[in-house]
Amino acid sequence: MSVLANNQVPLADIPALVFPALGETLIMVGIVMSIVVVVGIPLGSIIHNLAPGGLFENPALHQVLSWIVSIGRSLPFLILMASIVPFTRFITGTNIGIAAAVVPMSIAGIAFFTRIVENSLRSVPPSLVRVAKASGGSRLQIIRTAQLAEAIPSLIGGLTINTIAMIEYSAIAGTIGAGGIGYVAVTYGYQRFDNTVMGATIIILVATVALVQVTGDRLVRMTTPHAATASGRRYARRIARTDIEAANAASPA
Amino acid sequence: MRSTAWGNPRAPGRDLMIALEKLTKVYGQGPSAVTVLDNLDFSVAAGEIFAVVGPSGAGKSTLAQCVNLLERPTSGSVVVNGENLSALSEEKLRIARRRIGTIFQSDGLFSRRTAAQNVALPLGYLGVTARESKKRVAELLDRVGLSSRANHYPHELSGGQRQRVGIARALALRPSILLADEATSGLDPESTTSITTLLKELRDDLGLSILFITHEMETVLKVADSVARLDHGHIVESGRVVDLLRDASSPLGLALNPVRVPLVGGRDEAAWVVSYTSSAVPTDWVTRLSSALSTPVSLLGASIETINGSVVGNATIGLRASDSAAVVAAAAALGLDARQSDRAGDVSHTTAAAASPAGIGDAATAPGPEASATVREPAEVAA
Repeated sequence: MSVLANNQVPLADIPALVFPALGETLIMVGIVMSIVVVVGIPLGSIIHNLAPGGLFENPALHQVLSWIVSIGRSLPFLILMASIVPFTRFITGTNIGIAAAVVPMSIAGIAFFTRIVENSLRSVPPSLVRVAKASGGSRLQIIRTAQLAEAIPSLIGGLTINTIAMIEYSAIAGTIGAGGIGYVAVTYGYQRFDNTVMGATIIILVATVALVQVTGDRLVRMTTPHAATASGRRYARRIARTDIEAANAASPA
Repeated sequence: MRSTAWGNPRAPGRDLMIALEKLTKVYGQGPSAVTVLDNLDFSVAAGEIFAVVGPSGAGKSTLAQCVNLLERPTSGSVVVNGENLSALSEEKLRIARRRIGTIFQSDGLFSRRTAAQNVALPLGYLGVTARESKKRVAELLDRVGLSSRANHYPHELSGGQRQRVGIARALALRPSILLADEATSGLDPESTTSITTLLKELRDDLGLSILFITHEMETVLKVADSVARLDHGHIVESGRVVDLLRDASSPLGLALNPVRVPLVGGRDEAAWVVSYTSSAVPTDWVTRLSSALSTPVSLLGASIETINGSVVGNATIGLRASDSAAVVAAAAALGLDARQSDRAGDVSHTTAAAASPAGIGDAATAPGPEASATVREPAEVAA
């Protein structure tokens, strides 16, 4: 890669620098989000149902789990990442690169998404759980049909926000050499004052986030049967808004 | 002629589908404990529609949740079809609950499932094969008259249609008991009538016992065979609807069919409230009463109708000064209970207030010009 005298990457080389980095970011976020969904949905459902009035009420256990999630939520990501380096090395055998970034990002993402799942389940009318119980559903069937299935639009809305937050976190993880678009932005744009690279990464990040948001919004509408009507669209927007507010209120990053 | 209006309508030899024995539900503990249901005792016979009415906060929804054991009673038992549900383990209870179909208030449908998918819900839980389930769902939707709406989502259905979907779902597992918890609340009068008609048909066709919990007195008249009034966690009065309506001293009977605001009678007329106490009241009782007392009878207001095949009702009449004892006797001879009312205009207010301390039947007693002197249905001569 040629570097100009003033240390600036020439315009023609920018795609070769930025697009592979974008690929790395997407892989990182993709892996993290898969782990987040697989762990966060059961964990959020369990915490929701351990709460008073839940399917398997247990205030003590609810408190404990809720506290653990809150700790995960309250550390700024940079601190969380630094503080769990030994754990990361134990799991992945390294403390730099994508593999090393996935561990702290997953922990932060799971804590984030667990709260979003809880919040979404809370917005499902409790009468539906009674209906499911009266219809002879088992606990697992009730969680699946009367809680999660009814919360799908809200869950997708939350997942969208979570994905965007993880793109953000991947940039922070870039500082420990995780690679990805954030790494390029920090090393070229920030440390070398390369405004062209900085500008390119900003454009790419804005475009990526916008794409994720648009896709998420569309999926929310598609999964909300009453979104075809004007009141339904308002409902879908309200879901997205409450999720954003909840995420912002709880997010330290 | 008059049968007992107070106490348990249980008659020996009847097949009991639901029996509550000393059912008590207390929320909280210690000094802050609230007794929501206090020693309830009543039973519903096979093929009977039993209504429980009461104002908000009387414990109706708690009662509904205790009957299908969504809430465990604090003490006492719920015996359904001979099996004591309150003694069952959570797992066995889940199976036992399938014998009770529950119809919830209008918010009971899953918003992301079509009408057919909502009806299929209990079948899915039971693990019925997709083919079986599809067949049964089609049958059920047909039964409630919604075949053409199978693939519509709840928000595309009217309130009455949503409730029909709820009924179809409640029937999915062929229960012997239906529990309707405020099933017609919030529906317009036409939909309410269509739902009560459907429930009565289902009772006749399938031999269901229906426990119908509501705050609407009007609906009780349309649907129920028997009724109990729940107030502050107690059953304060219960009996067969017809018996209560024919018992002039029954507050619940009066609340069910309140005396409408009558016309103001002539200057020298005394206002009397007469109530039907038997099916043998002749349709021309006004003329007969008039000739028996040799005095003109002014009709100031009346509400007479046929409930479950029996004529019931009350009327306010104006009589020229006459011997009170003679009026009572003449009325009794015609199968009527006669009571002098203080002032014609006040009858409705005083009786309604006495009958519904907590506002039951407000809608029914709302005074209005059209409420006066209405004969709701032409009274038929009882068979």
